[in-house]
Amino acid sequence: MTARRLPDGGSWIDRSRPLTFRFDGEEYEGFEGDTLASALLANDVTGGFRSPILGRPRGIMTAGPEEPNAFVEVSQPWFDPIVAATMVELVDGLVAEPRAGVGRLPSTRVPSRRAEHRHISVETLVVGGGLSGRTAASAAASRGDRVVLVDERHRMNDAPDDVIGLPRTTALGIYDDGYVIALESTPELERLWHVRADHVVLATGATERPIAFAGNDRPGVMLSTAAAVYRRHFGVKVDEAPALITTNDVGLVARAMVMDGGPEEGPVINFQIDPISDELPTDGSLLVSGGFNPNLTLWRAIGGTVEYHRRFACFVPGKGPPWLKVAGMANGEHIPDCAPVWYVDGERTTAFVDLQRDQTVADIADALDAGLTSVEHVKRATYIGTAIDQGRTSGVLTAAIVNQMLGTGPDAQGPTSARPPAVPVPYTTIAGPDRGDLLDPIRRTRIHPWHEEHSAVFEDVGQWKRPRYFPRTGEDMDAAVARECLAVRSAAGVLDASTLGKIEVIGPDAAAFLDRMYTNRMSTLAVGSIRYGFMLGLDGMVADDGVAMRLADDRFFVTTTTGNAAMVLDRFEEWLQTEWPELHVYCTSVTEQWADVAIAGPKARDVLGALGTDLDLSPGAFPFMTFRDGAVAGIAARVARVSFTGELSYEILVDGRRALELWEALLRAGNAIGITPYGTEAMHALRAEKGFVIVGQDTDGTVTPDDLGMGWIVRKDDSDFIGRRSLRRADTSRSDRKQLVGLLSDHLLPEGAQLVEEDTGRTPMATIGHVTSSYRSPSLDRPIALAMVARGRQRHGQTILAPLPGSTIAADVVSPVFYDPEGARHDG
Amino acid sequence: MCAVRYWRAAEPKTTYEVVIVGGGGHGLATAYSLAKRHGITDVCVVEKGWLAGGNMARNTTIIRSNYLWEESAAIYEHSLKLWEGLEEELGVDVEFSPRGVLNLAHDLGEVRSSMRRVHANRLNGVDAEWLTPEDVAAFCPLINISPSLRYPVLGATLQRRGGTARHDKVAWAYATRASELGVDIVEHAEVTGFLRGPGGRVEGVSTSRGEIRGAKVALAAAGHTSELAAMVGLRLPLQSHPLQALVSALYEPILDCVVMSNKVHVYVSQADKGELVMGAGIDAYNGYAQRGSFHVIEEQLAAAVELFAIFAHAKLLRTWGGIVDVCPDASPIVGWSGIDGLFLNCGWGTGGFKATPAAGWAYAETIATGEPSELVRPFSLERFTTGALIDEHGAAAVAH
Ligand SMILES: Cc1cc2nc3c(=O)[nH]c(=O)nc-3n(C[C@H](O)[C@H](O)[C@H](O)COP(=O)(O)OP(=O)(O)OC[C@H]3O[C@@H](n4cnc5c(N)ncnc54)[C@H](O)[C@@H]3O)c2cc1C
Repeated sequence: MTARRLPDGGSWIDRSRPLTFRFDGEEYEGFEGDTLASALLANDVTGGFRSPILGRPRGIMTAGPEEPNAFVEVSQPWFDPIVAATMVELVDGLVAEPRAGVGRLPSTRVPSRRAEHRHISVETLVVGGGLSGRTAASAAASRGDRVVLVDERHRMNDAPDDVIGLPRTTALGIYDDGYVIALESTPELERLWHVRADHVVLATGATERPIAFAGNDRPGVMLSTAAAVYRRHFGVKVDEAPALITTNDVGLVARAMVMDGGPEEGPVINFQIDPISDELPTDGSLLVSGGFNPNLTLWRAIGGTVEYHRRFACFVPGKGPPWLKVAGMANGEHIPDCAPVWYVDGERTTAFVDLQRDQTVADIADALDAGLTSVEHVKRATYIGTAIDQGRTSGVLTAAIVNQMLGTGPDAQGPTSARPPAVPVPYTTIAGPDRGDLLDPIRRTRIHPWHEEHSAVFEDVGQWKRPRYFPRTGEDMDAAVARECLAVRSAAGVLDASTLGKIEVIGPDAAAFLDRMYTNRMSTLAVGSIRYGFMLGLDGMVADDGVAMRLADDRFFVTTTTGNAAMVLDRFEEWLQTEWPELHVYCTSVTEQWADVAIAGPKARDVLGALGTDLDLSPGAFPFMTFRDGAVAGIAARVARVSFTGELSYEILVDGRRALELWEALLRAGNAIGITPYGTEAMHALRAEKGFVIVGQDTDGTVTPDDLGMGWIVRKDDSDFIGRRSLRRADTSRSDRKQLVGLLSDHLLPEGAQLVEEDTGRTPMATIGHVTSSYRSPSLDRPIALAMVARGRQRHGQTILAPLPGSTIAADVVSPVFYDPEGARHDG
Repeated sequence: MCAVRYWRAAEPKTTYEVVIVGGGGHGLATAYSLAKRHGITDVCVVEKGWLAGGNMARNTTIIRSNYLWEESAAIYEHSLKLWEGLEEELGVDVEFSPRGVLNLAHDLGEVRSSMRRVHANRLNGVDAEWLTPEDVAAFCPLINISPSLRYPVLGATLQRRGGTARHDKVAWAYATRASELGVDIVEHAEVTGFLRGPGGRVEGVSTSRGEIRGAKVALAAAGHTSELAAMVGLRLPLQSHPLQALVSALYEPILDCVVMSNKVHVYVSQADKGELVMGAGIDAYNGYAQRGSFHVIEEQLAAAVELFAIFAHAKLLRTWGGIVDVCPDASPIVGWSGIDGLFLNCGWGTGGFKATPAAGWAYAETIATGEPSELVRPFSLERFTTGALIDEHGAAAVAH
């Protein structure tokens, strides 16, 4: 047998453009338009491949994505660890090596193709650029539809007028309501298309299937239509006079085409005439046609049903979603009559069903002998259909062999479920542009550039970058945090609080709505005042906290924790839209619009005064938990008197675009008193000294307001709020619940350390709680911690233990308020 | 010649002592345990499709026991101990591979809750270690610990005894052994209703293959439990969501442990055949179609190639979805349903494969004795009335 390129012919190749490539260390020539497979056949390279498990010699068997044998690693001009040679478009300088089913992922950088994503919305998407696909596309276009036509081959006959034709594009998966993902793969790039179409037409054709007979995996065995494709489109003749084994007339036609109508030679086994045959050629070129399977992967992936067609011996489409149509061979049109032969009995251990998994008729028989009866179980016992070709040639064959061996009808069981993607796709292509910093949006405050210039160390809080501390030369974190804390306690510090979630809640029912969302009453809040509030889950557990400012009777400005801003807005909308559509309330996120700078410390008022403001800052005129609109440093501002540090403190909210200007003005105005920027770490330590909780750190979704010693925040009247019913459950009122306490110890307790009454040294050890927050308190100059401890409030004065690997730390239970328990300092 | 023989395909009798609805891992392990430990062999497992074709066939097989709360640690640790002896117990190599499970932390909040879990695990007798980023790289050199990652690795918990097993082999081994002990396994029989007796007592099921009576009926239907419960007028605190998983093409071995990251939704191990097995995130919407959304896969693979530069050229081969039944506290419900004759095992959500041996063990005991096994007593349906929830969102999230 000798394969060769004929002197002319080949509708897909351009003989004026010769290309050089390397395969398995040898240099060859091909033409533009070739696939690696066609170019190899043109050079009489018919074998050279091995099977993955048994290591049997294998050759090119197909001309498309169903190829089970001829796998290569491509290393130039791009890298691909494993791909069928039939799917590699030949380019100049291509370098490939055979690969036996298993790829090697490179640990060094290798040449890659660009990956990008595109979205398109059309009226009609046609998958498959054959005759029926093009006809369907033209018909849709002439109706006035915007039409996309995709075809996996790199050569597609010209798309009809007014149709967007995408060659080299494979529809990978089909999702509800005409949403199709497709991969366009060119030598330069890989582009993932998200197509949304009102109508989808699958003109995906049919794939020829092999027959299982002894030795059917040897090089030289090829699907009959593949040989015809090589002849017709690539001008490659696989053999002068190949043998044929067929169940249908297309096999005969294909062989005639390969032989250019030449004299009939060589053995032909036609099961349509001669149902039993024993003389299968064991070498040389052998064309096989076991019949045709409509390509219904996409159809079945979206729940389309299939029916067995006896005359064609294949599964054809049944019912599917209304927006999806199947056309041409995929729909069972032009499929030849078939005298089905699935396997030719003989030596079963070399009669291969799934060549890429090296699975044979004998393996199927074994699985059935062991008691399995379902094709799905046979697949799982043998792994048939799970290789790179995803069972394109083995799926229907396996089901038919199972049916035949079990003596059930040919339609008893069909092939196993088809799953996306239709062809393997590189991870990077699916990731597309979402790489590096674009993996998730990075949110930076308007003051961020200043933080960077002043060597802030950042932490990720949700999507935000927040300064954690601002180390000076030679300072470690502890030193920087201590300096920042002490500055706040003795003079003033400034914190960029812009990341706090901010939502405006507007409408005649805004107050009533917030009453239902928070445990305390927001409707009694006076305009100009602020109230701290808790939001609970349906289970009665603390979900988020923040403050509400009443801007007007029908208008509130509420804040959320940085990480929960989106969750809180979602929750507002969910309740408004699904449960209380009668409420007239609009919620708008204004997190990005307002920057927020907190100035805290005994000198805060002086600094603000020095900065220049038209607000009367005297405590009488501007008391704690109120806000005022005015100008600060000439910038329109909303100034709120709230405090998360326990010190006199103002939060200054301004238009984000003026935030940096405000920040710098504050620093200048406070320069004389040593104003100090502080980060989240100092903020956390300062609030812990005051026993203020952080939702999500001191709480974990199992903590009620009362557990935190904040029962006062839950209103006791009969009006409803989210979580109220759960607060009355037996467990929520248990007397041995964990409660927030303070802990004093000689050594710093690790956060997360478990607490016990008695260190038994044995596991499981009964625990009574855990450390939620722990700091070396700069103001008290000693370690302090917050903890949730069973019956904690009754334990004040007791000593409990934190058993750690190698040591145990004793801690005294105290009130969680370590600093300024009278709360004298927030007025300055 | 073939050494293995699997379960016998049974024709259903008219009456059994126990009818188990759902032939997934949990239903089969329960049947086995009823027969083996409690001598109750007059048992029928009714499965609507082919055996163990639900979540049992779809999960990413991660096994670990490092849950936060004592109640959870107790049952998952019991399960892990059963996994460690399962090959001997069932006489089948179920490919249990304790290759170590890493849970990565990517922000300070995650570090804090991971440390807490390590401390809690240790006192609960569950092996747990905290690894610094450098330790992470030493344990699994493929992981990119560069601080310049969008969400850099700040550390990880490691449970060395955790790992994976071959799901089909587990299910088939339970089925085969149960079948040998006399349990009837009836496939392709969908339960469409319940037979009710005096006082509404459940006395059996109607199926597409006829009525099957049972003195006790035990649900083990995972994602479809709420549909079944609705047939007896029971509303359960369950939400069913699609959860997806995927595998790559086959690659030479590169990854010899399990890596999980909640923050960026990456869960990955490499199967012996060579494919990278990855779990994706949960779809936010409720549904019963075993089909998830593609954007979930996009987000997951984007995160995966950041964490593992070597995955850049790996190729996605197959994706699929299962329907997971999730409780509000991310813990299961096991025990009496409140209706005479009907028992519940559900709510295992995204993480019930690892629990298969213990769930079967404890559910069988509960069915056999009518009293909750100590392991599942805290996981009663009643907890949603009393409020004694076992909140494992921190440990479970979408993590399997
Ligand atoms: C993608 C994915 C990844 C996962 N990864 C992990 C993991 O890594 N680790 C882990 O521990 N867990 C994981 N899980 C969860 C785990 O798979 C499940 O918690 C567990 O399998 C559920 O128990 P089961 O095996 O009995 O369920 P299933 O196998 O789903 O069994 C339920 C059975 O009930 C049958 N049934 C339903 N309705 C009826 C009816 N009306 N009549 C008769 N039969 C019925 C179903 O057909 C099904 O076979 C994952 C789940 C998914 C979907």
